[in-house]
Amino acid sequence: MAYNWNWSIFLSDTPAGDATYLGWLFTGLQWTVTLSLSAWLIALSVGSLFGVLRTVPNRGLALLGTTYVEIFRNVPLLVQLFIWYFVLPELLPRELGDAFKQLNPLLQQFLAAMVCLGLFTGARVSEQVRSGINSLPRGQKNAALALGLTLPQAYRYVMLPMAFRIIIPPLTSEFLNIFKNSAVATTIGLIELSRQAQQLVDYTAQPYEAFIAVTVMYLLINVTVMFLMRRVEVNARVPGYIGGSR
Amino acid sequence: MKILTTVAASLVAASLFSPAAFADELTGTLKKIKDTGSITLGHRESSIPFSYYDDQQQVIGYSQELMLKVVDAVKADLKLARLDTKLMPVTSANRISLVQNGTIDLECGSTTNNLERQKQVAFSNTIFVIGTRLMTRKDSGIKDFPDLAGKNVVTTAGTTSERLLRKMNEEKKLGMNIISAKDHGESFLTLETGRAVAFMMDDALLYGEMAKAKRASDWAVVGTPQSFEAYGCMLRKDDPAFKKLVDGALAKAMTSGEAEKVYNKWFQQPIPPKGLNLGFPLSDAMKAIYKAPSDKAFD
Repeated sequence: MAYNWNWSIFLSDTPAGDATYLGWLFTGLQWTVTLSLSAWLIALSVGSLFGVLRTVPNRGLALLGTTYVEIFRNVPLLVQLFIWYFVLPELLPRELGDAFKQLNPLLQQFLAAMVCLGLFTGARVSEQVRSGINSLPRGQKNAALALGLTLPQAYRYVMLPMAFRIIIPPLTSEFLNIFKNSAVATTIGLIELSRQAQQLVDYTAQPYEAFIAVTVMYLLINVTVMFLMRRVEVNARVPGYIGGSR
Repeated sequence: MKILTTVAASLVAASLFSPAAFADELTGTLKKIKDTGSITLGHRESSIPFSYYDDQQQVIGYSQELMLKVVDAVKADLKLARLDTKLMPVTSANRISLVQNGTIDLECGSTTNNLERQKQVAFSNTIFVIGTRLMTRKDSGIKDFPDLAGKNVVTTAGTTSERLLRKMNEEKKLGMNIISAKDHGESFLTLETGRAVAFMMDDALLYGEMAKAKRASDWAVVGTPQSFEAYGCMLRKDDPAFKKLVDGALAKAMTSGEAEKVYNKWFQQPIPPKGLNLGFPLSDAMKAIYKAPSDKAFD
């Protein structure tokens, strides 16, 4: 194949003159990481809350949890993002919607993508929290209640500490997914890592270099996450449970 | 079997008559057309009003009509009683490769003729000239590019307009917030919902978007064009005989005033599918290419 490789392209200045192409990639990397981490915080807290709700002995609360999970898990991520970014501001009271739309566009795109990714991943996390709790022997909850703990206390001190340790491996997958899913923010114009790659192709006509560089950056992010989660898993393991035996 | 017989018969017929009819040996695309009795044309699916499908799935548009004039010229030049015209939809991503590998013989749509592409394919005489300008709400107070300082401006990702806008922002320190939308439809949505005060794009496409708007009368196309681009028909490189024929046919249409009639039909009258009138006046640049057809790129 007659392809003209040019790796030094990353060091040349962009036509806009504000940075080198490598600088663009790093800006993209920062957005990807910031977006994914903040969305992960939302996902973890919302997911835990609704996961717990789905297991409590109260029909109404369980229904609330199920509704959330089924809506956010069954609507395609891209559609959800468009709803948050394009549709919601039009549904809000006029002043509020206009105020949102007058914000810096980057901030608008970031907020929409963060909430969208957070709630989407939250639905998946909540399923894992629920299955973690349900996988515990029923005796643990009954013993806790028999000892005189209230239901919230039983969750707080007995069930959740066990459940979270059990679901660390699937949670790691979700954590990795959120970095990869963050690329959908491209479609509303947030210039994150994958968008920077396309932009590099548009500007330099060197597609292979651009996509290889971005692939390496995604890999680096995910290898780091895997390494960290591995450490967490080792430190938090419960002897005798899944992943707990040496 | 029947097809084979027909093909064989026509080949025999062609071989019998062609030596007499043509003193010069045909080469390249023309030879292919003559031999197969067919020409394959590339068209776009939704480049309104250049090349797109109407509601009966027929390909129509300004570029399509000019392309069919070229086909007539080819048919006349080769003295063919019958020429099969095959249509093949192309996208901006595959159009160049399809011309190169021989799948299509000619593509007239909304393809910019530039020096980078000339390394891959040849371009005919320019069929359209666009300028990159701004669309804004009539009462926005935006008259030209300097008025955009400190405002939100939208453009479509991966276009010349995006580059120009970023460069202008950096060089003139305008402090604009540039939004890069995925496609023209999304750019217009961004403008229409008030996220951006202006939308920078090829003017013909801006008029196309405007005609699709809920209330077209709310919008205006303003500003000094920041660049001009020439749309041309694409054909294979190094095929001078075919290029000469295509250029000749287009030049004839332009200088005879036929092309202007086609222009008026697509840009100043209601067009399918919704009966919209783009109301896009003939620019000075367009008048110039009609008067003196040329295949020069503008960059």
